[in-house]
Amino acid sequence: MLTKLTGGKIYDPAHGVDGEIRDIYIRDGRIINRPLDEKVTTEIDLRGKIVMAGAIDMHTHIGGGKVNIARTMLPEDHAQDVIARTELMRSGCGHAAPSTLTAGYRYAEMGYTAGFEPAILPINARQAHMEMHDTPIIDKGGYAMLGSDDFLLRMMASNNDQQAINNYVAWTLTHSQAIGIKVVNPGGINAFKFNQRKLDLDERNKFYGVTPREILLRLARAVKELGIPHPLHVHGCNLGVPGNLNTTIDTMEGIEGLPMHMTHIQFHSYGTEGDFKFSSGSAQIAETINKHKNITADVGQILFGQTVTASGDNMRQHAAHPHAHPNKWVCMDIECDAGCGVLPFKYKDQSYVNALQWMIGLETFLMVDDPWRVFLTTDHPNGAPFTSYPHLIKLLMDKTFRNDVLSTLHPEAQKASHLGSLDREYTMYEIAIMTRAGAAKLVGLADRGHLGEGGAADITVYTDDADREKMFSSPDYVFKDGKIVVKDGHLIDVTWGTTHVVKPEYDNSIEKELKPYFDRYHTQKMGNFKISDDEIVDDGRGSLTVQPLHKGGAI
Amino acid sequence: MTDNTDAGVWEEIASPFCGIASDDLTIQVEGNTVKVLENGDAVTTKGFETSITDTSPRVNGKEVSLEQAVTHIANLLRDSKQPVIGGMATDLNGARSAMAVADKARASIDNMDSSASMRNTLVLQDTGYMVTTLTEVRNRVDLLVVVGTDLEVSYPRFFERMVWNKESMFDQDIASREVVYLGKAPSGDASTSPQGKKAKVLSCDDADLPEVMSVLRALVKGKVIQAEQVGGIDVSDLTTLAEQLKQAKYSVVTWVAGDLDFDHAEATVQTLCEMVKDLNLDTRSSGLPLGGKEGSITANQVSAWQSGYPMRTNFNRSYPDYDPYLSDSKRMLDNDEVDVLVWISSYNIDRIPPESKAKTIVLGRSGMTFNNEPEVFIPVGTPGIDHAGRTFRCDGVVSIPLRKLRDSGLPSTFDVLTAVEQAL
Repeated sequence: MLTKLTGGKIYDPAHGVDGEIRDIYIRDGRIINRPLDEKVTTEIDLRGKIVMAGAIDMHTHIGGGKVNIARTMLPEDHAQDVIARTELMRSGCGHAAPSTLTAGYRYAEMGYTAGFEPAILPINARQAHMEMHDTPIIDKGGYAMLGSDDFLLRMMASNNDQQAINNYVAWTLTHSQAIGIKVVNPGGINAFKFNQRKLDLDERNKFYGVTPREILLRLARAVKELGIPHPLHVHGCNLGVPGNLNTTIDTMEGIEGLPMHMTHIQFHSYGTEGDFKFSSGSAQIAETINKHKNITADVGQILFGQTVTASGDNMRQHAAHPHAHPNKWVCMDIECDAGCGVLPFKYKDQSYVNALQWMIGLETFLMVDDPWRVFLTTDHPNGAPFTSYPHLIKLLMDKTFRNDVLSTLHPEAQKASHLGSLDREYTMYEIAIMTRAGAAKLVGLADRGHLGEGGAADITVYTDDADREKMFSSPDYVFKDGKIVVKDGHLIDVTWGTTHVVKPEYDNSIEKELKPYFDRYHTQKMGNFKISDDEIVDDGRGSLTVQPLHKGGAI
Repeated sequence: MTDNTDAGVWEEIASPFCGIASDDLTIQVEGNTVKVLENGDAVTTKGFETSITDTSPRVNGKEVSLEQAVTHIANLLRDSKQPVIGGMATDLNGARSAMAVADKARASIDNMDSSASMRNTLVLQDTGYMVTTLTEVRNRVDLLVVVGTDLEVSYPRFFERMVWNKESMFDQDIASREVVYLGKAPSGDASTSPQGKKAKVLSCDDADLPEVMSVLRALVKGKVIQAEQVGGIDVSDLTTLAEQLKQAKYSVVTWVAGDLDFDHAEATVQTLCEMVKDLNLDTRSSGLPLGGKEGSITANQVSAWQSGYPMRTNFNRSYPDYDPYLSDSKRMLDNDEVDVLVWISSYNIDRIPPESKAKTIVLGRSGMTFNNEPEVFIPVGTPGIDHAGRTFRCDGVVSIPLRKLRDSGLPSTFDVLTAVEQAL
């Protein structure tokens, strides 16, 4: 079986291909070089079409405890978007907290072929994988959350050496079946359990005496030394607090040049100027990112309307509870490991703060120079549901459209932003970097996000349209591992993607400490905490793909 | 998990029979006979040691092959106008396969204990809550308030594992922990500390709990109460409890929704949860809903992620249609709205289907006996004994792997329902 995709206009930034007309050959789900003597079985004419790798969402809350709390909590939100069963598709629901099945279908229909759950609590990782297992078509994976867990803070409080911390980080990553490490409000989730209500970068946890800065340095170093390709994924201190931009800049400058990814940075880019004591810090944030090549960021753009915020940051979610809309919310302390908070939220275009949040996000996109270091996210569903990505792409690619929307927002917020003066429009190539090549590189996916030889045949084909929202909403074709799953914007086949992980090498003698630790303090045995490879394969539909480590790792 | 195959002894086995899912059991298996050697209790030991009796499926009382039984079920579902998949006492993959069948057969789904879990779900959907999990309790609790339940009957090892554990991560003086019962009094001594300190009991009738909880919340909020007694409890005692809650650094207020068996108990759960939120303005406090026996948390979780809704969701209109009242399977059966009932009960032989006029299919634990023989009975394996599986603990956060301990040949609920789905 040899498939030839003929004559498409290719955007493949991983190979520097910027809109060239080329053919693509697919065999056994992989992209191959043009074979010399093999007959083409199927040829698809893509002349006049735009071809990119399948898009990759590097930060989307698609699975795990807090997402399922959000689903259960919001029957009224689902009711506006229930989906009937078809011959091909299971029933489900969409909008803010979609069912797993619907999420997979809708990602595919938008040309996305992978999504990564950014906040897997190790103790809840089994559930996150169960849910991702029930998410069709797209590949998946996730980042294991550390930084408020008792074991790490205990190690740091007793000044364990970096090697011991590396072993613990690698052990956690391995047994929670993750591809990266995330830290959320470093140490803050833990501090909240001791009734601390805020934790600045250099503020000490009451019990352990450890600071967020120390946690970030230890974990970022572990990630680097273990050769984990995805940099430490950081949801910083003081999310949503006016004036937090200084902490955010301090966080980036203080990481001593280690690779670090700042997630949903929009929520961490606020100043305190003006009558409302709330202002945009995006210029300083973007300048800091531009200056520090070790830093990457995704934006966490907000878009107007009803959504739900689901976060591991129970300290900040608790502080935000007066803003819950509708007025219901959940905060949880979880297993001396982490926590979560779930708050429905409605972003309003006539709210000064919400309008400025929208502008801050877009300013950040437009002022970070290097599209390889900034990523397109809404922190689904926290800023907006992922289904709004085509709209967001249009805001980035179409200045006139952007300024038209801007002119309808809260007038004082318009005055407080210089968004209207930013002329940049993202090019097709830059969009392909941000949503494909860059995202694959950032997550550490060697065989995804590009169209070169050996790459998985995850391919999205669009019809060029000046209305970029329309164009990116409805691809002509989506290929997943070489199979056509979407045609003319509609799903025609349901496949099941793989789970991407990394398996760093480490000294397993860490279990000599962990086993008695679980026995003494926990309510689950260490052996039952570990998620086996078989659990990912599960009923046969799942699979594991082990991605290569960076050089400098122990392998 | 260790399997010493020579002696047939398994260690670090988890119990799917009790919502706290203790996973420190030692179990001996000889042939089909299972014996709990260590860390068993009344609930868990019975769960593991129930013997296998039937191994063959039956249709209308006659033994048939599994294939024949599956075909019969598929035919019944195909001709049904309103099927219900009830019981839902199964593991992760059993619940997944039940959801797939419900979607395809346009059935309504419900769990056997939904009337209990709905008391919590309705609060989640109306105002939310602040809750915690078992390891947090074990390491942090300084004041435990038990509302409306005799905890040790349903959760015999709760106090041993979560309150009177030897040590805490944070060097807490375990002996200083306080336990207060509000409502039902404890029937045994599980809540008494190893040093002999007994729980304080403020007892009242279930019917008075709504009022008692309201007064306690009011006191926590600093309101002045004119009455001197409420539900037979002195308001001065409740004032003391309110003060204890405000002084505690990490109080935990626990309840078992199934034991709050009075009309609109969800309103009492809500008062309790709002009180916990009030306390958190100054100190830390958490709710701890206990429940989750018979796979009820698992069923609700799977349903929520696959459809967006918990139990009591009807697929009759080909999309998920959640209604905690209309889709109450007991109400539907009592009202003759159901023509086919698929009853899944793979953990407990005592949990048989409710009497109804619906044609009844039982995927039940071997050993189950019936007053009225169901139209189809398939003895299925028990998750964590006859086949591997995964189940959620009461806190809805931790899920544990269940091991296959013996080779009984009994099919899993997943095997049966997947075959049914394919036959549909």
